[in-house]
This record gives sequence, C-alpha cells and structure tokens, in this order.
Amino acid sequence: MSSNDFEAVIGIEIHVQLNTKSKIFSSDSTTFDSGDNENTSPVSVGMPGTLPVLNKKAVEFAVKTGLALGCNVSQKSVFARKNYFYPDLPKGYQISQHDKPICEGGSVSFVVDGVKKTVSITRAHMEEDAGKSLHHGDCTLINYNRAGIPLLEVVSGPDMHSPAEAAQYCRTVRQIVRYLEVCDGNMEEGSLRCDCNVSVKRKNESTLGTKVEIKNVNSFRFVEKAIEYEIERQIEVLERGESIIQETRLWDPDKNRTFTMRVKEDAQDYRYFPEPDLLPVTITQESIDKIRQHLPELPANRRERFKSDFGLSDHDADLLTSEREIADYFEETASACKNAKAAANWIMSELLRELNQGSKQIQESSLKPSDLGALIRLIDEGTISGKIAKTVFQEMWVTGKSPQEIVKEKGLVQITDPQVIEALVEQVLNENSQQVAAHKSGAKKNLFGYFVGAVMKASKGQANPDLVNKIIQEKLKS
Amino acid sequence: MDLVNSSLTDISNAVKDQKISAEEVASFFFKRMKDLNQSLNAVVFEDENFLSAARVIDSKISKGEELGPLAGVPFGIKDMLCVRNLPATAGSKILQGFVPPYDSTAVAKLKNAGAVILGKLNQDEFAMGSSNETSIQGAVQNPWNNKYVPGGSSGGSAAAQASRMMAATLGTDTGGSIRQPASFCGVVGVKPTYGRVSRYGVIAYASSLDQVGPMTSTVEDAALTLEVISGFDAKDSTSSQRAVPEWTRALSKDLKGIRVGLLKECMRSSLHKDVEKSVENSIDELKKMGAEIVEVSLPLIEYAVPVYYLIAACEASSNLARYDGVKYGYRSDFKNLSSVDLETFYSQTRGEGFGAEVKRRIMMGTHALSSGYYDSYYLKAGKVRRLFVNQYKDAFKQCDVILSPVTAAPAFKLGERIADPLQMYLNDIFTTSTNLAGLPGMSVPFSLSTDGLPIGIQITANHFDEQRMLNVAWALESVAPAKGKRPHVF
Repeated sequence: MSSNDFEAVIGIEIHVQLNTKSKIFSSDSTTFDSGDNENTSPVSVGMPGTLPVLNKKAVEFAVKTGLALGCNVSQKSVFARKNYFYPDLPKGYQISQHDKPICEGGSVSFVVDGVKKTVSITRAHMEEDAGKSLHHGDCTLINYNRAGIPLLEVVSGPDMHSPAEAAQYCRTVRQIVRYLEVCDGNMEEGSLRCDCNVSVKRKNESTLGTKVEIKNVNSFRFVEKAIEYEIERQIEVLERGESIIQETRLWDPDKNRTFTMRVKEDAQDYRYFPEPDLLPVTITQESIDKIRQHLPELPANRRERFKSDFGLSDHDADLLTSEREIADYFEETASACKNAKAAANWIMSELLRELNQGSKQIQESSLKPSDLGALIRLIDEGTISGKIAKTVFQEMWVTGKSPQEIVKEKGLVQITDPQVIEALVEQVLNENSQQVAAHKSGAKKNLFGYFVGAVMKASKGQANPDLVNKIIQEKLKS
Repeated sequence: MDLVNSSLTDISNAVKDQKISAEEVASFFFKRMKDLNQSLNAVVFEDENFLSAARVIDSKISKGEELGPLAGVPFGIKDMLCVRNLPATAGSKILQGFVPPYDSTAVAKLKNAGAVILGKLNQDEFAMGSSNETSIQGAVQNPWNNKYVPGGSSGGSAAAQASRMMAATLGTDTGGSIRQPASFCGVVGVKPTYGRVSRYGVIAYASSLDQVGPMTSTVEDAALTLEVISGFDAKDSTSSQRAVPEWTRALSKDLKGIRVGLLKECMRSSLHKDVEKSVENSIDELKKMGAEIVEVSLPLIEYAVPVYYLIAACEASSNLARYDGVKYGYRSDFKNLSSVDLETFYSQTRGEGFGAEVKRRIMMGTHALSSGYYDSYYLKAGKVRRLFVNQYKDAFKQCDVILSPVTAAPAFKLGERIADPLQMYLNDIFTTSTNLAGLPGMSVPFSLSTDGLPIGIQITANHFDEQRMLNVAWALESVAPAKGKRPHVF
C-alpha cells in the first residue's frame, strides 16, 4: 500500500493576539519590548482579591475579526475559567470562553495551486494569554508581561488536506487580521501562533483517524513542513500496522521533525465553569452592524477589484493586495499617474526590491506614491525616457525628492528635437565611417545597435530612443 | 467621653468639633484592643501606624478641611480584606508573609470617610467555617463566655465588636459568615445585596456569593458604615450601578403598613427553645409596633445547605488555585529547588499551606466540576439556585421583609463540632439561601439564652431594599430584651 492510499485531514487553531493598548482584564500595557515583569499589576499577576474587568476594545476587535471571517457574532457570550496549574498561569485558571464563544460559524476562501479552497471557521473565542517561563539551566524564571494579553482563538473545521492548503489558510487569516489592523501578525514575537491538528485515514474509510496536535508553530513555512513531516510519520506508523497515539507534539525546526510534548493520558480535565467575576458579554445588534459598516475592504474583495478595475493579472493582484499598505500604495500611485499597469510594474519591480534590500515596510518608504505617480507621468508624457526614469527613481529613493525636481536639477529632460538628434547622428556616423561602410556593404551585420548606443551615449541618454532609431535608419539608407 | 458606648456619628462629631482628637480616640481603642485580645485572640495583625493615620485626620481638622462621616472612627478589618501594607492571610498559612500593595475598595472607602484602621481580625481559614476554629492563627473566644465559639467565619470581627475593641468592624459573608457570628456575639451584622459593596481586594472564597458588610454595636452604626462602603466600583464588574440611598437619614421605626413574613419552614424545624422563644417574642413586638405578620414559605430551603456547599466549593476550588507558592505567600521549604519536580512543588506547598477544612472543600469542588460530574452537580446546583430566586420573588409579593432565626441554636462550645463537618455545615441552614438568592440579610441582637448567650434575629429583604430591612431591625433593637446587656469583658 502506498501513501497515495491515504488522505490527511487538517484543522488549525490560530491564536491571534489582539493589539489593544492594554491587557484584556487590566490596564497593564501590552508593549512587546518592556523589561521583565514591567507590564504587570496586582490584577495581572493574580494577587488575592483582585478582579478582572473586560477591555471593551478587545471585544470590538474580536467582533471585527469574527465579521471579517464570516462568523455569526453572538449578542451574548460567556467567559469561563479553564482550570489548570502551571507557574506561568498566575491565577491557576485561564479566563477563556467555552460553550458560548463570541463568534461561530464562518469561513475563509483562498487559492492554492490555482484552485479555490474554502475552509470553515468553527468558532473564534476571546481569552487571556499566559506568562512566559524562561528556563535557565536548573532554574526557571517567569515573565508575566504576556499574562493577560488579549487573544482571539480562531478554530477552523477539519477541512484541509495538504500542508500547502494549511499554510495558505494561515496566511489568509494573517492577511485578514492585518487588513483589519487588529493584530500585527508578527509571528516571531508570537502575535500569531498556529496549532495544527493532523490525522490521516485511508481514502476509502469515512471515519477520521486519531488526531495529533502540533502546538505553537511560529512560521508558515514551519506549518507546512511540520504537517508534511507529521503526515508522513503517521502513514508510516499505520503502514507498519501500528496505531497513532493521541498526543501533543512540537516542531523542531533544527532537526526538521516533530516530537512528543505530552500524550493524551496526561491530558487535563480543565473543569470549565462560567467565570463568576465577569458578567456575560452582551453586544447589541446595532453595534455589531455599526462595526460591520466600518470594516475595511477585505483582501479577497480588493484582489478581485484590482483585476477588474485595473486589468491586473492574478499574480499581480495577489502580490499587490498581500498587504493592505501595499495595496493602498498601489492605488494612490495609480490614481496619481492614471496608468495602473505601469504603477504595478514599478512597485513590484523597483520599489519592492529596494524595500527588501533595506528591510523596510512600504509604509516606511521615503518615496511617496504621489511622486512615483509623477515619475510615471513624466515617462508617459515623453519628458524623460524609461531608462532615465530608473536613474531618477534611484535618486528619489535616496533623497526623497520629487521627480520633477531631480529632472530639472540634473537637466535630464529628454531630447525630442529631431534637428538636435540628427546632428548627433551625423556626428556619430562621421566618426565611424569605417563601420558605416561595413554596414552598407553588408560585410558586418548587427551594427545598427552599435550606432544607436553611440548616439544615446553622445546624448547622455537623453535622446528619445524612437527618434534616434528612426533618424539612423534614414541616414543609413541615403 | 464614653468612647465604648458612643455611636460612630458621636465619635466622628466629637473629633470634628475637636472635643477629642482622633489620636486620643485611636490610642484609647488600640490599648483596649491589645488588652482584650490577649484572651480573645480576635486580632491577628495590629496596624502599628494607626497613630500617623489618626494624626492626618487631626491635622485636616485643624486646617478646616471637610471630613467624611467616619472622621477618626477606629475600625477593625476581617483578614479577608486587603489593607495596603498590612498582612493579608485570610487565616491561612498559604498566605503567610503576603502584604498587599493595595486597599480593598471597601477599606479605601472607609479611609476616605476618615476611618482609622487599627488591625486585621481573625477568621476561619478562607472564610470556611462557622466557628472560627479553622484559622491558622488559632481559635477566637466568645466574649460572652470563653468556652464558646464566637461563630464564623467572621468570628474575630464579631468578638472584637462585642468587646468593643474598636468602634466598628467589617466582615464578609458567603453563607452566613457575618450574620451567624453577629448572632453568637450579640452584635449587628449586615450582609448587603450582592453587588452593593465592591469585592475588589476581598480575598475570594466563592465569588458569586461573597459580600462585605459591617459588624457594629447598633443598627444605626451599621447603616452608616454600609452607606460608606457601598456603591459601584469600576474594578468589580459585578458591583451594582444603583445609587446608594441615605439609609441612616431615612431610618424609621414606624412599622405601620410593613408586612413581615414569618418563615414557615423555620418554625417547623427543631429550634432550640430559647431561639424559638426569641423568634416568637420578636414577632409579638413587631405586631405591637404596627407591623402586619404574614406566613411565608420557602419549600426548597432544606436544599439550601447542599446547594450552597456545592457552588461555594466549586468556586473555591478555582479561586484558591492561585496559591501555589510561585508568586507570593507560603512555599514549602525545599532544600534544593532544582531537584524538585513541578508536581511535588505544588502538592507539598499546598499540602502544607492549606488546613483540613479548606482541603476538604477544594477536593469537593474539584470533584464536582470534573468532567462527567459537572452537569449533575454544578449545573444542577445552579438551576436550584434560580428556583430559590423565584421562591423569594414569590415570597416578597406577600411581604416586605422575612423574619427567621439566624441559627437553630445559640453559640456552641469550642471543639464541640469541629470534628463533625456535617453538623457544622447545618449551622448555615437559615443563612445560605440569602446568599444563593443574592438578597440582603442581617442579624440584629434580640435576647439572651438561659445560659446568657446572645440570640439574634435575622431579617431578610428584597434585592436592594436594605432600607426596610434596617428599619425593621432598628425597631426590633429598640425593644430587644437584650438591649443594654454586655458581655463579661465590660
């Protein structure tokens, strides 16, 4: 039996860190780079008698995300205590949502290998993050800065069947929460963490196989690799005639494999019960509708609009909508120059290359979209050549000056006067009489390009190339 | 000035009028507290800084600053409530050494009103007990008879108040922990409507039942203290937004048109004859004062104790999970921490840090919440709880307040019931239903038993109707046979 006889079933839980200024149940700051235990208070370290108070902004962000994921937002949801002991969990329970989450029943669509895929969202619930244990040799220190940071756990249905689908699902969710500006999506800082539930079954079987959870995977590449490894591992186990152990595993990026964290037998009974310190969360339909009205255009819609309005290809539309800021930049540039295709090309080739080299985000670019638009307009109006434009672009990138300014300062305006060009051509042909003779006799081919290059050089690149071509052709004929 | 017999208002006015300084008042009570406490063991931590707090009041007065209604009034606070920079142990070893850097809201409000805190008062460990015998700091004696318990869990507050170690005290009540010791010690004890007083800074036992309330010498003092500590608190999501009425000013003994419901079930149960007589006398007195007496029924009351012990234990098992030796409080003395695994760290710390009764309730609660049992225990208890609310709703259609005993018998002897948890739990039969329904209830001293022990009467009112409850109690207080009677320490 080969691995083709098996089918993988994948479901993903994504912990989205909602980027509110203060924690979900206290006024402590959520800044990432504060000193150890600086962002704590009696409430967030669970001192006796302290009580949680719900951050309304976190609820708003959760509703926003739920709506963008196509979920039903409950007008009444309930916080519950998830009880377990761990040193980084200050109260001995995590305040989460259990049987009445804030969002239920949505879906997300994306394209993998040219095929559209839709994954269902079972639920999304609010909860608080735990602190962080730092193991130093034989002692453990705990930083509670993260304890109480608001999370939205987005749970997908078991709808994916390949590592590529799973990774693309995660990317899509990240793109959505970034568009909504409810999460920075920074996986290195743990703002977005993925738990992957993987099982395999023989294709002809209808019941699902035993599921293994790979916890806290912190990049999309690792999501793909970890799932790929896990599918292969599980198929091998089954092919040996053994059975899968229900367990939680971790991904080791150095060894490129998953390993056991804990097996199901150790699994906790979380003894959920409604949190008596908090009232049920109630949201009126009115405020849900209001949040819905203020949702930004989501990536999928924007991508389609870019294709239909600007005639962009799938590839270009994908790239230009990958981040909300890039899409915004593109639209501003396109509207400034009325040439969407050129705007797309300049952004995708020149601008993104420079940004990548400088490890910069597009919103940090010193080159404004209105200036890039102006540059394109200078080309389209024939003021400068495409070649000169690249030089101007470089100058703009470094100095942040407008293209008009640079062109004026450096005298880069294109030469379009046929008499001036004719003079240059004659000068070049006179200086190269031997080559002209060789060309005319047919002794040497491909000298035409040489003449063009020499004329362009003589004009310092400013001559209109079309005119140069035309005039050389005329002169060589005579 | 006869400080021991003065009302809170009299003390506050005397201080404001500079007839006596806050410093003198505080010093007088502090000394009295130290002297009396040697036998009673009601105080577990003294506030050595009480003088500077009193001097702040005096200096404000000399500068002509406006002061609150409790200016210079000395208070004792149950150890369950956090007072900034004073230890808070809740009577438990597990909180040994913990000093909160914050005030509970109730205490902050007292301080704002000018009160001077003298110390922290003894209690059953985590308020789990009805005799004040489960405290790590030892048992408290009943000032009326040192062989008897003061009741619990606010036994320290009751004993301190009965012996007037301070002018007034605060307690907490989860299933009767204010009313029962108030009855046993002959003081007034009020458990307000759930949500009236913020729970912020109050060490949690059972969050959906816990309330802070005053324990005082008179109904008037209780009304004033309650007025000060009540009100919405942004730090407690379960605190009520309702305005706090001026209960003290509206106190009235006029009972005409007031319908007092006599709880049918309590008269059927086996009451101590002195308690029975006390209830009958109180009814007669109320009739004389113009109240209408009607019989009301709460058929489910026999389930109050089991439902209470389920819900309270479940919430406690979770509330007490934070005491793990990691962040603050007691940690087992591990010689070499690096060789200790996490489970040993927890079980040894918690095993040594919690007392037997607390462990019993943590285990009951953990069991009742665990998967497979949740529906038949916690969920069902919650449903019965809602039935209680409905039964009270019906009862309050027929009456304005309900009168019942606080407990079936007066105080019992030290050591008498500590080995029999069930007997101990049954103490709470008349008090727990009030907490389950979130209603206000209070105990007002009424008579003395043939053994010379105090017997209180319980008045329960509808949600947020503290005024009528206080009025009926005030009327009863004025005609109580025990009026003016004092324990032997006076």
